[in-house]
Amino acid sequence: MSSAALETKDTVASLGEKYKYGFVTDIEMERAPKGLSEETVRYISAKKGEPDWMLEWRLGAFRRWLAMKEPKWARVHYPPIDYQDAYYYAAPKNTPKKQSLDEVDPKLLETYNKLGIPLSEQMALAGVAVDAVFDSVSVATTFKEKLNEAGVIFCPISEAIRDYPELVKKYLGTVVPVTDNFFATLNSAVFSDGTFVYVPKGVRCPMELSTYFRINASETGQFERTLIVADEGSYVSYLEGCTAPKRDENQLHAAVVELVALDDAEIKYSTVQNWYPGDENGLGGIYNFVTKRGDCRGDRSKISWTQVETGSAITWKYPSCILRGDDSIGEFYSIAIANNFQQADTGTKMIHLGRNTRSRIISKGISAGKAQNTYRGLVSVYGKAENARNFTQCDSLLIGAECGAHTVPYIESRNPSARIEHEATTSKIAEDQLFYCLQRGLGQEEAVALIVNGFCKEVLQQLPMEFAVEAQKLVGISLEGSVG
Amino acid sequence: MLDIKNLRVAVDGKEILKGLTLKVEAGRVHAIMGPNGSGKSTLSYVLAGRSGYDITEGSITYNGEDLAALAPEERAARGVFLAMQYPVEIPGVTTMMFLKSALNAQRRSRGELELDAITVLKRVRAKAAALNVSEEMLKRALNVGFSGGEKKRLEILQMALFEPSLAILDETDSGLDIDALRLVAEGVNSLRTPERAMLVITHYQRLLDYIVPDRIHVLAKGRIVAEGGKELALELEAKGYEQIVKDAA
Repeated sequence: MSSAALETKDTVASLGEKYKYGFVTDIEMERAPKGLSEETVRYISAKKGEPDWMLEWRLGAFRRWLAMKEPKWARVHYPPIDYQDAYYYAAPKNTPKKQSLDEVDPKLLETYNKLGIPLSEQMALAGVAVDAVFDSVSVATTFKEKLNEAGVIFCPISEAIRDYPELVKKYLGTVVPVTDNFFATLNSAVFSDGTFVYVPKGVRCPMELSTYFRINASETGQFERTLIVADEGSYVSYLEGCTAPKRDENQLHAAVVELVALDDAEIKYSTVQNWYPGDENGLGGIYNFVTKRGDCRGDRSKISWTQVETGSAITWKYPSCILRGDDSIGEFYSIAIANNFQQADTGTKMIHLGRNTRSRIISKGISAGKAQNTYRGLVSVYGKAENARNFTQCDSLLIGAECGAHTVPYIESRNPSARIEHEATTSKIAEDQLFYCLQRGLGQEEAVALIVNGFCKEVLQQLPMEFAVEAQKLVGISLEGSVG
Repeated sequence: MLDIKNLRVAVDGKEILKGLTLKVEAGRVHAIMGPNGSGKSTLSYVLAGRSGYDITEGSITYNGEDLAALAPEERAARGVFLAMQYPVEIPGVTTMMFLKSALNAQRRSRGELELDAITVLKRVRAKAAALNVSEEMLKRALNVGFSGGEKKRLEILQMALFEPSLAILDETDSGLDIDALRLVAEGVNSLRTPERAMLVITHYQRLLDYIVPDRIHVLAKGRIVAEGGKELALELEAKGYEQIVKDAA
């Protein structure tokens, strides 16, 4: 081990000592009874003050879920989950704000620093009362005013269910049906909160919704529900998640994201997921079972998914596009990094229903340590999808000899005019590349980060500017200790 | 500056260098000549610290320090530069980005301030023109799709940028036509200073017409078998390696 690596180990070890003393605050929680029953679903709905139709919707989902089986086809392995041995609703009675950064886990701060996140945002992310640093309320208000002026609705989904029931009723569950799959159905029954966005006809959302999102450092729930509707001719760019690591006690996460793009509308959805991946021995870590789907419902609509997946012990996620409208476009750009004992089974589905529909898939999988990384993708062209086009490029990079990369593409075409291209490569970081970098003065880890970032470049370019730089650093941090 | 004593090096358990001794002073240009398989590239790699090249005996002292005890990147920061015979491609990393990262990594290691992108760009531009390295090349991914000549010119550009105190040029002439060779040689000659030592490794005498060495060493079967001034190259060219090795034996 190099002296630098030893030093890092020592630092982390000493931080571990501090960590013990850092978190002694007992937080009073308000909880639903343990386990999953109709009672739990009613409890959650009541807590959220939901109208009857929403409760019925949840109960319908719950009854369907009881008859469903957990899917086992993914290339991931984990001990069975006992769904009755978990809490499905837990909210702190009052979140105690930390008064200064001294109260925050120093390891978290170390990572924030490496990512280059400004101090004020570090405080917001770590849950420190930020009012002392800058007036977050006024910043948020300015954003809200700007969005209101444009007519954009951007609020927690629980609020939307109360304030915009017609919009929610019209679109919720229309992209990911209640009965879609085990995890989506579970989410439909017990989702606690999430985000709702509606962009009216012809409106170009005046800001990246990410900007707002980050300053508000919204708390991620275990079962998040997101619904984004872009009305005719509108445009919105949304960034979910954060490059900063999330500390979360819930092991199972099952989110659902639905996107609807009407005629000539465009939605750009970017995700940076950096949840706790478990330790270097494979202990702990988040199980992330997500259903994300976009519906290009209108002609000439476009939905673009970009994801950087570096966290979680298990990732099960296939952001997809249903290309229903004629001339609609679906895109999927993905970087999935799996290190140590992480398992990622991720990819996309492009369902071509309309004429002249086009899709593009660029997937970059990086495996290190003992990790397993699978790309699983479906390109399906239906009979009426004249002149459908797809281009898929799947590249895998291996670091070390104990990891694995797997590519499982499914291609179906029922229309002879379809043109589908699939390119796939698997490569290793070559010893001569590494030596070249070292000879020019780069350290081992810096060299790996540089090579991997080069490998991911096409996808990183798709991210909103402000996050691209952080995502680049994140790529390096995720692979620390993977070589040497 | 560089003092190699009785160096024995094995690769995969096979001994390649068998007791090599060589001394290089600052400001001097030494040429290492030798037939294929004599251990020329092994010497360059072991000086740069490539893994897999195991020193079984002997020592390498560089500016009073035990070079073998340093990691490759530490050697780079202390001014050891190896212009490679086959520069590698790194897809997706622009040449400019690579130059900046490497230069700053070296500076950081020496406790110097890092330079911002604009300062680095200015420095690179100032050196690039003379080597006929275009702006467009700097924007392309490192060595990806570069011609043989472009790759070698970029190596010399890096040498100019990093300002090493010991530059090792491994078969810099290979794959170059005469014009490209001249350009590269001019670049190297312009970097000859009283402080900088160079070790020019080559199979052919041709390169030494352009980069005239102060001293020539002939390497065969892992040892230096003959030494002399620049005229030794001509003798080698006339007689061939076989005869010289035989004469030495």
